[in-house]
Amino acid sequence: MKYIRQLFIILFISFAGELLKSFLPFPVPASIYGLVIMFLCLETGLLKLEAVKETAKYLVEIMPLLFIPAGAGLLNAWGVLRPVLLQIAVIVVVSTIVVMVVSGRVTQFVICRKKGKAK
Amino acid sequence: MDKLLQDSLFFGVVLSLLGYELGIFLKKKFKSALFNPLLIAILFVIIILLVLDIDYETYNAGAKYLSYFLTPATVCLAVPLYEHFEALKRNVWAVLAGILSGALTSMVCVLAMSVILKLSHKEYVTLLPKSITTAIGIGVSEELGGIVTITVAVIIITGVLGNIMADFICRIFHINDAVAKGIAIGSSAHAVGTARAIEMGEVEGAMSGLSIAVSGLITVFLAPIFAALF
Repeated sequence: MKYIRQLFIILFISFAGELLKSFLPFPVPASIYGLVIMFLCLETGLLKLEAVKETAKYLVEIMPLLFIPAGAGLLNAWGVLRPVLLQIAVIVVVSTIVVMVVSGRVTQFVICRKKGKAK
Repeated sequence: MDKLLQDSLFFGVVLSLLGYELGIFLKKKFKSALFNPLLIAILFVIIILLVLDIDYETYNAGAKYLSYFLTPATVCLAVPLYEHFEALKRNVWAVLAGILSGALTSMVCVLAMSVILKLSHKEYVTLLPKSITTAIGIGVSEELGGIVTITVAVIIITGVLGNIMADFICRIFHINDAVAKGIAIGSSAHAVGTARAIEMGEVEGAMSGLSIAVSGLITVFLAPIFAALF
């Protein structure tokens, strides 16, 4: 029974996310609305963590698998990518590294500065 | 054989899982970040489809049930975020500064390199949402008049690349704090990177998941301004 209820709650919130997406004019996907709804439900105590815990952890854990079909779909994008492949490759590699370094270092810098002040 | 596979609901999923298992096996055996299970699985599926001359649609007839769970799984990222909300509250300014700097850096980078590499305006706006999650990126690209199929491809390549490089980049640039790692990965490589952040630890996963939502929203608002610059 436990898993049936958990799956039901998670899918219901996903559905509520879809509804919000169709009613609100913002370019926000259903999954992000759902994430916010789920978080608010947990934080306000409307939903106990135990009501979704195991199934939620299971879905989060298998997340890498869920990207395989989209990744393999690049097979069909080869035609449109080929003419601009070199430029795109350069931009993707460089910017991904730079963004990761900048956002990580900035976050860490602010955290460390606060820690320094606390001492 | 195509007919047989077309009728199969499980071929696509089994092939995907097999590729992932192969990736885990290679990673264990060679202990190298290059053998990223997600990358290996994607390449494995592509190679098998090409070698056996199977259509992507045939594969996806079953594999789409994996994609189906993407929305519920993303919704569930709220659970680690809830469990580690204290870590977020303690570091709220650091987290916001990190995500905002990441979103800005991404667009500044694409702008600068588009100018240097002499891309057209259309190609530039196509690449602008490359660091945010696919569902939001599609909307941004469409709105700015980009080529949506390329945007989707670039977003996925970015995610996989971030997923592969996360450990290496965090190590050589001394990003050791769990919160900072999560923000770095989520801001640069959205949900696909988050899949790796979750494996690193719960705090990393929670912060990475948060970054997907926040950096996506920041990009929605700032991309039109950036689009007007070039």
